[in-house]
Amino acid sequence: MTTQDDARLQTPAEQVVYANILTVGVWASLALMVILYCLYVFGVIAPHVSFDVLTANWGKGVHEYLQITQSPNGWGWVALLNKGDFLNYVGFGLLALMTNFCFIVLVIGFAKKKDWVYMSISIVEIVVLTLAASGIFGSGGH
Amino acid sequence: MENFKLKFFCFAAAVMTVLMNVSPVLAENAADIAVAASTKPWWVWPLILLVFCFVLGVVAVLAGVGGGVLYVPLVSGFFPFHIDFVRGVGLMVALAGALAAGPGLLRRNLANLRLALPVALIASTFAIVGALLGLHLSNLNPNIIQVLLGVTITGIGFLLLFSKNTEKPVVTKQDAISMALGFNGCYWDDGAKEIVDWKTHRTIPGLLLFILIGMLAGMFGLGAGWANVPVLNLLMGAPMKIAVGTSKFLLSITDTSAAWIYLNKGCVIPLIAVPSIVGLMLGSLVGVRLLAVAKPKMIRIMVICVLFFAGLKAIDKGLGLGLLG
Repeated sequence: MTTQDDARLQTPAEQVVYANILTVGVWASLALMVILYCLYVFGVIAPHVSFDVLTANWGKGVHEYLQITQSPNGWGWVALLNKGDFLNYVGFGLLALMTNFCFIVLVIGFAKKKDWVYMSISIVEIVVLTLAASGIFGSGGH
Repeated sequence: MENFKLKFFCFAAAVMTVLMNVSPVLAENAADIAVAASTKPWWVWPLILLVFCFVLGVVAVLAGVGGGVLYVPLVSGFFPFHIDFVRGVGLMVALAGALAAGPGLLRRNLANLRLALPVALIASTFAIVGALLGLHLSNLNPNIIQVLLGVTITGIGFLLLFSKNTEKPVVTKQDAISMALGFNGCYWDDGAKEIVDWKTHRTIPGLLLFILIGMLAGMFGLGAGWANVPVLNLLMGAPMKIAVGTSKFLLSITDTSAAWIYLNKGCVIPLIAVPSIVGLMLGSLVGVRLLAVAKPKMIRIMVICVLFFAGLKAIDKGLGLGLLG
């Protein structure tokens, strides 16, 4: 008789580790995001783009907006971490990096199981996400 | 209980009405929108967005759709932000929701890693292509993206209206690729008190469709649960619970790659993004609790109507017809 205790229902170890990392990472990122946002909107840390300039230009396309506000693209925000608005990118970046961290766990888990196909898929996924994050595709041309 | 439901729906309707009135929805053209935006103090916008996204989060959960699919058409239609920023933030919203849901789905085996990983690799790769294409088209002429978004949203409305997902599809023969990749498993069905074994078929057409899904997700910043679930369930034959769980997990990977493109292009404005993410996530938490007492079918119909309206409005805006305000 099949029951809830059936061994087949056991969650694979690497899946549990993935879930655990994600739990901590996501909520930490979100908490950080809220804290940094408060520092920004309550004026504790001055922004690079003032609120008036921002609201006057957020209806324009991104290329025009970046030119008017003299904002960087790609990883240029790292140089502006002393500004309240760009400091928020730390939270966004952390959130967006979570999947990369978790996939490293998957690679290790699949390698231990000698599941080379899924280990390869996980490695290629890390490469794709890293390329996306690198700015190679995203930061060109304005 | 009936009284509570009535109060909630009245509240949601009232909030939506107020928000749509304070937003520049009634403005007749882009210039009016810019004026409306500049006449309000800056801090009004994050507050409006927070409340708007909270309601959106509640409604999205009750209607069984992702936050991103409602966020992009509604915010681009009723708020003064350029569609580049709305799509960038839409992806961050969808990403945050998917990442937050991931752990629970993985622990309960409702998101299947073996099914998700190959599909995610295809979708996330093409989400990059979609994001770049979307930004390129938007740079050429934002109206192109508006019209395409409108057509897509209207299509999603039809998809939600007509697709009849199957709880446990019958898969008589697993194809060779599905077998080789191990697209099978089992889960505990709490309702039937039994283990449900499942396997998939039609792997190649399914994987090919994820090329398109990835591109659409990247191009419009919509998330893609609306497309993932029918493909996994109706085409590939995964049970509904596995399709929904795997789709949500899948989004956390697909949206990550597209979100990076938008982040790197400077399309994520923190003043807009954080209240949107927080509002939608809080709304989703409340929505899950309300799920037990609400009538999801009625809300789903309401959401489909909203999608049709938002889709037609985007087409109207893109073509500059001005028929819908």
